[in-house]
Amino acid sequence: MQAFWKRFSKDRVAVFGVLVIILAVLAAALAPVIAPYDPSEQFFDGLTLEGAPLPPNERFWFGTDTNGRDQLSRLLYGARTSLVIGLVANGIAVAIGTLLGVIAGYARGFLGATIMRFTDLMMAFPPLLLAIALAAILKPGLWIVIVVIALVNWVQIARVIYTETTSLAEREYIEAARALGASTPRIVLRHLIPHLVPTIIVYATLGIATTVLLEAMLSFLGRGVQPPTPAWGMMIFESQSYFLNAPWLVFIPGAAILIVALAFNLAGDGLRDALDPTQRGRR
Amino acid sequence: MIAYLARRLSASALILIGVTIVTFCLTFIIPADPVAMIAGRNSTPEMREQIRIQLGLDRPLVEQYAHYVQRLAQGDFGISYARKSPVGDLILSRLPATLLLMLGAIIAELLIGIPAGLYAAARRGQTGDKVAMTLSFLTVSTPQFVLGLSLLYFFAYRLGWFPLSGYGSLSHLILPAVTLGLAGGGWYSRMMRSSMIEILRQDYIRTARAKGMSEKRVMFVHALRNAILPVIAMIGLDVGIFMSGVVVVENVFGWPGIGQLMWQAIQSLDIPIIMGVTTVAALFIVAGNLIADLIAPLIDPRIRLR
Repeated sequence: MQAFWKRFSKDRVAVFGVLVIILAVLAAALAPVIAPYDPSEQFFDGLTLEGAPLPPNERFWFGTDTNGRDQLSRLLYGARTSLVIGLVANGIAVAIGTLLGVIAGYARGFLGATIMRFTDLMMAFPPLLLAIALAAILKPGLWIVIVVIALVNWVQIARVIYTETTSLAEREYIEAARALGASTPRIVLRHLIPHLVPTIIVYATLGIATTVLLEAMLSFLGRGVQPPTPAWGMMIFESQSYFLNAPWLVFIPGAAILIVALAFNLAGDGLRDALDPTQRGRR
Repeated sequence: MIAYLARRLSASALILIGVTIVTFCLTFIIPADPVAMIAGRNSTPEMREQIRIQLGLDRPLVEQYAHYVQRLAQGDFGISYARKSPVGDLILSRLPATLLLMLGAIIAELLIGIPAGLYAAARRGQTGDKVAMTLSFLTVSTPQFVLGLSLLYFFAYRLGWFPLSGYGSLSHLILPAVTLGLAGGGWYSRMMRSSMIEILRQDYIRTARAKGMSEKRVMFVHALRNAILPVIAMIGLDVGIFMSGVVVVENVFGWPGIGQLMWQAIQSLDIPIIMGVTTVAALFIVAGNLIADLIAPLIDPRIRLR
C-alpha cells in the first residue's frame, strides 16, 4: 500500500487528475452555495436588446444562454448531473460486469460460455446507438439515463474481469480452498474478488470518463436528462443553432466535459501504473 | 485455415442471430402501439383488428420472430412513421455518404496515430513521449460534438478554409473525418508506441544496430514495417466506434448519412428508423470484427488459429 502511494504520488500527471476530480466534486457538491444565481432563473437583463445571449462580463462571468440564464450557475449545477450519472451509472456497470465476469471465469462450462457469448453479442451494438434506442423507448429521465448507460457499459469490464478470473482460478490457493471445502460463494467473495480489486479500481476510474462522455452525447442528442435539470451536453444542444454568434455557449460547457473526462482518464491510467508495476513502461 | 475460417464465420452468424433476437425483443417493449399508429384516431375496433391480423401480431411469438428475420433478410426494415417510406431504402440511400466519412476517418486516424506513436517510441521516457501520451488522452477525452463544433468555428467560420457544412467535395470531408478519427488516432498512437517498443527489443533490431545501421533506417525501415501490422489489424474494430460517432458528427456537419437520419429519427421518435439503423450498425460491427479476425493470422502467422 505504501509502495503504491509512493509510486502514485510521483506520477505528477495522475496526481493532477485526482486534484481536478476533487475540485469538480467540490464544485458539484457546493453548487447551491457557490453558484451566483439560480440556474433556471431567466434574467431580464440577461439578454441583449435584440434578444441575443450576453458574452462573459462582470455580472455573468461565463455569459448567459439563449434564455438569459446565468451560464456559470448552470455549469455548476450541470456538474451534479454529470458526476452523479458518472459515478452511479458506472458503479452499477462495474458491479454487473464484475459479477458476470467472475461467475463466467470461475464457473466456466456452459454457464461461463453462455455469459461470454452474451457479452460478445452486446459488443455488436454500438453503445451510443443502443443507449439511444433504449432511451427513446423508455422516455428519458435521470434514473432511466443511469440504467441505460449501466446496461450498455458493463460489457468491457466483464471481459477484463473474466480474463483475470480464469488465470486466478488456476492458482493453487484456489484449489486448496476448494479442497478445504469452501463453498463457491465463499471462494468468489473471499478469494477471488479481493485479488481483482486493483483491476476493478482502474477500470472503475477509466469507466467514469467513458460514462461522462456518453451522458454528454446522450444529452447533446436530446435523449439525456430533461429540462429544467441542467446538463452540460444539453447546454450545448440548446445553443447549437446560436453557436457561431455565441461560441462561449459551446466552449465553456465543452471544456467542462473535456476536463472532467480527461481527469478521470489520467487518474485511471496513473492508478494502473501504480497498482501494477510490471506493466510499467510497456504500455 | 479453413477450420479457423469456418469457426469465425459460424461465431459471426450466431452473433447475428443474437442481434436479431435483441432488436426483435426491443420492438416489444416499445410503449407506442404500432396498430394505433397506423390505424389513426378515428378507427373502429374492427379496423384495428384487421390491421393486427395484417401485421401478423395475432400469431405466436416464434412465428412472428421468423417472419421478422425473413423480412430483415429481404432488407425490409418496416415503414418510417414520419417519412412514410421504407426504412431499408432510406438507410441504403444514405449509406454511401457514411461509408465515405468512415473511410476519411480511418485515413485521418492513421495519419495522426502512426506518426505520433513513432515519435513517442523514439523518445521513450523523455518529455516528448510524455507530452504525446498525455495528448493522446486529451483526444479520447474530447466529446466529438465539442471537437466538431470547435473545428467548425475556427477553421470554417473564422478562417474560412473549409465550407461550414454540406457534402460533395474533399474540402467538405476533411473536418468531419478529422472529428470522427481524432480519438481513434489517440488510441492508435498508444498502440503504435507499445508495438514499436516491443519490436525495438527484438534481436534483429540489435543486429541491425550492431552492423552500424543508422537509427533512422532502423526505425523507419526495419522496425516500422513490423510494428505497423498489429495497428492495421485493428482497423476492422473501428467500425463500432464510428457507428456511434457518426450520429454526432453527421449532425454537427450536416453530413447526409445514416447518422443524420438517426438524429432526425431521435428527434421525432421514429422508432422503425432507430431500430433499423441500430440493426444495420450491428451488422457492420460484426462484419468489421470478422475482417479483423481474418486479417490477424495473415499478418502474424504466430497467432494460433484457435
